[in-house]
Amino acid sequence: MAPLTPAVPAAAVPAAAPPAGRQGRARRVRVWRGVVLAAAALYFLTPLITSFVFTVNDPVRGFTLDAYLEIFSAEGFVQSLLLSLGLAAATIVVVLLLTLPAMLAVRLSAPRLRPVLEVICTLPLVVPPITFVAGISTVLRWGPDHLAATPFYQTIIAVQNPAFPAVLVIAYVVLALPFVYRSLDAGLGAIDVRTLVEAARNCGASWPHVLLRVIIPNLRAGLASASFLTLALVLGEYTVARLLGYQPFPVWIVTISGSNAAMSVAVSIFSLLFAWLLLLVLSTAGTRKRSGS
Amino acid sequence: MNGARVEFRGLRRTFGATVALDGLDLTVEPGTLIALLGPSGCGKTTALRCVAGFEHPDAGAVLLDGKDITRVPANRRDAGMVFQSYSLFPNLNVYDNVAFGLRVRKVPAAKRRARAAELLELVGLPAHGERYPHQLSGGQQQRVALARALALEPRVLLLDEPLSALDAKVRVALREEIRRLQLSLGITTIFVTHDQEEALSVADQVAVLRSGRLEQVGAPAEVYDRPATPFVAEFVGTMNRLPGRLDGQEVEVAGQRLPVHGETPGTPEVDVLVRPETVLVTAAYDGEAVVLTSSFRGASVRLLLRTDDGTELLADLPAHDAARLAPGQRAGFRLVQRPVLVGPRTTVSPPATATAAAD
Repeated sequence: MAPLTPAVPAAAVPAAAPPAGRQGRARRVRVWRGVVLAAAALYFLTPLITSFVFTVNDPVRGFTLDAYLEIFSAEGFVQSLLLSLGLAAATIVVVLLLTLPAMLAVRLSAPRLRPVLEVICTLPLVVPPITFVAGISTVLRWGPDHLAATPFYQTIIAVQNPAFPAVLVIAYVVLALPFVYRSLDAGLGAIDVRTLVEAARNCGASWPHVLLRVIIPNLRAGLASASFLTLALVLGEYTVARLLGYQPFPVWIVTISGSNAAMSVAVSIFSLLFAWLLLLVLSTAGTRKRSGS
Repeated sequence: MNGARVEFRGLRRTFGATVALDGLDLTVEPGTLIALLGPSGCGKTTALRCVAGFEHPDAGAVLLDGKDITRVPANRRDAGMVFQSYSLFPNLNVYDNVAFGLRVRKVPAAKRRARAAELLELVGLPAHGERYPHQLSGGQQQRVALARALALEPRVLLLDEPLSALDAKVRVALREEIRRLQLSLGITTIFVTHDQEEALSVADQVAVLRSGRLEQVGAPAEVYDRPATPFVAEFVGTMNRLPGRLDGQEVEVAGQRLPVHGETPGTPEVDVLVRPETVLVTAAYDGEAVVLTSSFRGASVRLLLRTDDGTELLADLPAHDAARLAPGQRAGFRLVQRPVLVGPRTTVSPPATATAAAD
């Protein structure tokens, strides 16, 4: 609420100005809006359009979509894409299951721990991925020697299964924490969590019921934004996957780009559009449910 | 639906260094409406939350019909609650909000709907079932919250300042309606409020709390007319503090001798507590006081008088008697001959106008 207060006098100023001045001001605002939009569009669209032209313009044959068609027949495309999507889904589920109950618990019963949780969840932002992956690979190497005699030996082997490297999910959960924390914190701040929980408890609801029927439905926007930030992160993460020796989609793109210049750019454009599409689906799903409820 | 007896036994709860409840003992008889009244921080809401199960006392117990429920989780208690802030589930429409508890208990859909419709009828919103909370006014939201609290036919109804966010007119209308509902359902109701007018007008019993302890409990008229302590006297309604002098079981004040009720402090110099409506004012050129201000309140007029020895006091009188008592006029006054409370002498001070809520 506090930031709104100083905005009131500022908003009142144009209303108090004479009509002619207001009109001029409105036009200026419109013009500036257009300028900013055009500048931003130029910045984002120029590389995209030039890339696109590069992929469809063959110096010999003129316009061709061969580069795009090749993607789908290239070796490892489907496999790496499915792997990335699988990793993204698993990461989203795990990171939400970890953070949401923790954040609720802190909000409801230990508000003084909130800064601690916030710092912990923000830490991954300041750790460079290269340091992070160096740590992970050290642990993975060290693990088998020390855990050979324990049941954990099987676990440490299993998480490195190349078909579905769970170790990447663990790493991505850590990397996604800051974004998920921010999204959920904003979502929880928008509802009166304590009163809603107490009202539901008063109606006889058990804790799981409160979480599923009261918190989650009222937290859709926060959950949707947490999910698609995580999705975007997983679809674009290269360092950790590459250095641990797995081949999800981003690593595959880099691998394939060495052999065919036009195709590597085409793959980049394709992955960009694909990610956009997924985010669009996710965000519209979030808003549609919200307005439909 | 019938009410349960609620007992607080030696309830104690501290938050860090703050003592919210300091050995609260109170019994609420079945089917009555009791108002927990007190200034903010007196522990009234904490006491209520102990009944709902949202707060666990450090010591003492809460009993429902003689059964200790202190350790029963909140979702297994037989108490419906209406909160101070709007507490409807924003994602559910009014029907589903009211039927939430029934759904938790897996009551069949048809029965749920019938019961929700019946409750909405009861709170005067039969046509609002399909609306969402954000489409309702504050008063309507609290009505729905009341319906939701009653849906499971609880034996205790807990009201945590449910009217404090509403505007004056809605507040009065809704409190009358709550009282009507409570009487017809015969449900034991605990109503937390800091508004003494609200407490006096709807409750069977008023319990005045101060610093986590019970100061006095009694029928509204009793608490108002025979306050047990100076604190109650000044918190409930408006009180004048006039300098007086003790003489045996009587006190000499403003040239009159009045019987003393309640405890007396050790010193003969005391403050005498007098209600504005027990000050009888007459216009008189040779009166011992002068009218400072006069505020018109419709049926009555409240005058602020200053006596020649510098004491200021408030007096309420019917509006038609006040025509000749404009500010600046001299007036005579007399106190109604009835027992008064006395407190230790404080410094000479303007009349205590209790709480802001008094006006």
